[in-house]
Amino acid sequence: MDKATKATLVDPLFDKNPITLQVLGICSALAVTTKLETALVMSAALTFVLVCSNTIISALRNKIPGSIRIITQLAIIATLVIVADQFLKAYLFETSKALAVFVGLIITNCIVMGRAEAFAMANPPGPSALDGFANAMGYSVVLIYVALFRELLGSGKVLGHEVFAQVSDGGWYVPNGLMVLSPGAFFLIGLLIWVQRSLTPALQEAE
Amino acid sequence: MDFSNKYVMGFAFAICMVCAGLVSSLAVALKPKQDFNQELYERRQVIRVSGIADKNAALPPEEVDELFKSIEGKVIDRKTGEYVDIPVADVDPIRMAKDPEMSEASPKKAGKAAQVSRLPDQLVVYEVGIEGKECVVMPIYGKGLWSTMYGYLAVKRDSSEVVGIIYYQHGETPGLGGEIDNQKWQAAWVGKNVYRGAVGGMVGLGVVKKNAPRDEAFEVDGLSGATITTKGVDATMKLWLGPAGYGPYLEKLN
Repeated sequence: MDKATKATLVDPLFDKNPITLQVLGICSALAVTTKLETALVMSAALTFVLVCSNTIISALRNKIPGSIRIITQLAIIATLVIVADQFLKAYLFETSKALAVFVGLIITNCIVMGRAEAFAMANPPGPSALDGFANAMGYSVVLIYVALFRELLGSGKVLGHEVFAQVSDGGWYVPNGLMVLSPGAFFLIGLLIWVQRSLTPALQEAE
Repeated sequence: MDFSNKYVMGFAFAICMVCAGLVSSLAVALKPKQDFNQELYERRQVIRVSGIADKNAALPPEEVDELFKSIEGKVIDRKTGEYVDIPVADVDPIRMAKDPEMSEASPKKAGKAAQVSRLPDQLVVYEVGIEGKECVVMPIYGKGLWSTMYGYLAVKRDSSEVVGIIYYQHGETPGLGGEIDNQKWQAAWVGKNVYRGAVGGMVGLGVVKKNAPRDEAFEVDGLSGATITTKGVDATMKLWLGPAGYGPYLEKLN
């Protein structure tokens, strides 16, 4: 694996993470992370959309007229999102109910259009697919981290299995109500950004 | 890169056609599977609320079909409570309520409290005929704090007491109003009386504010930190069990 490929693959996970560094895709990161299961399905849906949209847009990059480039990208992304949404409704019905409107909102997820515009329009399909995959993983890692802690601290469970017995069910754990509300996700993402910035001095702005 | 106007138009057209073709063929191809899921989902809720299966049972499709052999879905006329001879699958009361020709404005007070502005002319009920567990399951909905809360209420055939309640779709605050889907709270409804006097008349069943004095026979303790959701649930009961809702039907059944 040459250096450029490796950078494409690894950078979005940490150094150029779309959520913690570029602060994109925050909306869904708050909305679908009260449970780990929905976060996993959302990650899978975004990975599918991002890899496909990057590949298709990159393959068409020399054919897309500059004057209608954004709307073309949007049409392709929207189509892929509807495909993902329809499949979820057909094969993962209960989870798709929990995700409600958020799968549809992948269309407006800045990560997808950001990668299409910044990477896929300027690179061949192979690296673009890789870039899409890596960015989706960067998003997924953060989503899973947030969801894991929100579900664990907010309802004492992981993937629906009880880890801390709740007081209301006769156990000892008093659930942290903040974690199930959106601010809980803000705190968790904020903590992550803090840790990342402390570890990578290059990211800190000059005083 | 310079493209002629013709090329741009042609390109836009081609992209639209390809995308539209893909989306519509997929939607058509997956429709039966999605409808099947939706129906299965609704049937599972009906089974769970009527207490004929364990609340946490997975209920595979075969078991749902088996149990549904003794559950009869029926369409009723809301005002008279009489059966209407139409298959349940052809009636969607929630959609009907949005059509001015097939619905009627809710009674002022009860409708306003539950924030349901129109009531459909026809309603769907499920009559469970399993020996010893006979009951009627009624779809209900009403507004809480943020969202419309959709659920099912099951009562004994003679409307003497509540058999179960389920809320399956809502957007209330998780941990507060969202606790309406908590099974413990739903269990508190079981055995409550429904009507204060004659069936179809004055509705006694309801919810009061958490820890407020209440009539044990009729009222359920509310959810803490969710006053408005609680009020919404209470109003939903009063509206749907009242004379404008399932009242006439339950009266006839009795």
